[in-house]
Amino acid sequence: MQTWKDYQKQVPDNHFFYVRSCIRQSFFPGAEVAFLRIMQEYLKKDVFEDKRHTTCTGIGYHSDIIPLETIMTVVARQLALMTEAGYKNLLVSCVTSFGIYLEILDMWHHFPDKLAQTREALWRATRREFEVPQVVVHASDAIYHFRDELFNMAQYSLVNQETGQPLNGVEHVGCHYAKIFPQKGFGGAEFPTVLTGIIESWGGRVVDYPERRHCCGFGFRHYLVQANRGYSVSNSKVKFESMAPYNPDFILTNCPGCNMFLDRWQYTLSEINGVTYDRDGRGIPVLTFEEAAGLVLGFDPWVLGLQMHQVGVESLLDKMGVRYSAKTKYYLGNKNEVKPEKPSVLMV
Amino acid sequence: MQPVIEQMRADIRFQEGLTACMNCGVCTAICPAAGYYDYDPRKICQLVQTGDEDILTELLSGEEIWMCGQCLSCKTRCPRNNTPGYIIQVIRKISQQTGLFVNSRLGRQQLLIKRKIGHSILETGYCVHPKLVNPEEHPEQGPVWNWVYENGESLFPQLGSNYYKPGEGGVRLIDETSLDELRNIFEETGAVKLFEQIEKASASKAKELNLSFSADADNEYMKFIQE
Repeated sequence: MQTWKDYQKQVPDNHFFYVRSCIRQSFFPGAEVAFLRIMQEYLKKDVFEDKRHTTCTGIGYHSDIIPLETIMTVVARQLALMTEAGYKNLLVSCVTSFGIYLEILDMWHHFPDKLAQTREALWRATRREFEVPQVVVHASDAIYHFRDELFNMAQYSLVNQETGQPLNGVEHVGCHYAKIFPQKGFGGAEFPTVLTGIIESWGGRVVDYPERRHCCGFGFRHYLVQANRGYSVSNSKVKFESMAPYNPDFILTNCPGCNMFLDRWQYTLSEINGVTYDRDGRGIPVLTFEEAAGLVLGFDPWVLGLQMHQVGVESLLDKMGVRYSAKTKYYLGNKNEVKPEKPSVLMV
Repeated sequence: MQPVIEQMRADIRFQEGLTACMNCGVCTAICPAAGYYDYDPRKICQLVQTGDEDILTELLSGEEIWMCGQCLSCKTRCPRNNTPGYIIQVIRKISQQTGLFVNSRLGRQQLLIKRKIGHSILETGYCVHPKLVNPEEHPEQGPVWNWVYENGESLFPQLGSNYYKPGEGGVRLIDETSLDELRNIFEETGAVKLFEQIEKASASKAKELNLSFSADADNEYMKFIQE
């Protein structure tokens, strides 16, 4: 009998239409660049991006200022660009967008009138037409799909170079990856394997901490409105307290928003409570799956953009044996080097 | 005006989100918002299932409907395939369309979101972009983000980003034709109308409270709703 634990989704081997993430390109721009480089240069895949694509409006939709009919039509416009370019496999950088695309395709399937109305609205607004995609793939699905092939090209692994032991990784898969449509994510919502498979294939050990499936606390309107951010930080705190006893070497994330929160809230909590969730006062490094892939393949950490993380990644780099220059971390081209101020608690 | 329950039933998310809730409370047990706020999605389903106009009108005016964080953990766990998170989306929509959202503190914040995220989408083509995340409004981002924010022109291109320039890549300047198409979609599908409804109801509330109100952020009502 097939169980969720063994559940595998289909990922095409080639020809993808890529749509970016507002949050990932703002906070982790090197991650998207690395992903495209890995797909195109290392794996020799055809990945096409149309510069005319926009936000899917998902953050606005989940904070209730964007009507359903509007987001459906914006999504339809992205699909029209994909159709015009001759692609059928949609490759999505953002977990919120991934959930949005799946949800809208599901609604169109259940309510064909809504699909017809969307086609009409898109035509009136843009004179464009679209086909629904054959497959919707999250970018992490692609890395998971090609994980063994990538590891054959690896320069480093998720193994402690001093002890020879696997590094301990905790993962956070992000609510909208598989909680909305479990059958569309590797391992479903209960046993998500998209990140654990990557960690284990690259030599690491996965720690199944109790609050692994708990939300990072984005809460859309709760983070967007400054007065509500206590909601967001409180939920991340639940996760940190749950994972800390296992002394993880790193956190691996799927969703760009989750990555940002799990990084930044460690700083915020250290300033509020004077605590960090590691033993050395440096915090737990947080990586996106693209950043992890880049490191394993030997990308320079500062070309990957890891200097944009508030929690320093050097403890992980040292354990992996990654060669890097501490001096060039905050290099800014021709400008005089200006370093970020040091936090009062979190050691950097 | 149609009864509230009929307005709800007209939305396909309500049809998908509420089939036959037996009030078991699994949604509340798994809900991150229930762990933080005095919020209970089980109760929301119970109240909606009464179909009572007075109860539903009170719900549209209240704080509770704005507490859900839209993680949709409830969708995974409901043994009857209900999705309280979808029901919340529908209730919030009607609360804004009817103007009742201004009767709650959390509801009034919709004006902030409309002016921040809504305007960003129409002006840039992004919900969020680096220059929108001003360190003064985001102290939680920490000193590294301050450094990124101050040095974006140098840093982002080093990482392969286009950073507000025309062409391809991350954080690129999205062309005017594409933005016009986005604006046409907003006009065609009701987003512009919703934006106007949020502004109009907020202006009325400001007048009722005798607070100044304007299109920019420098007014008493905007300060009031940020508290």
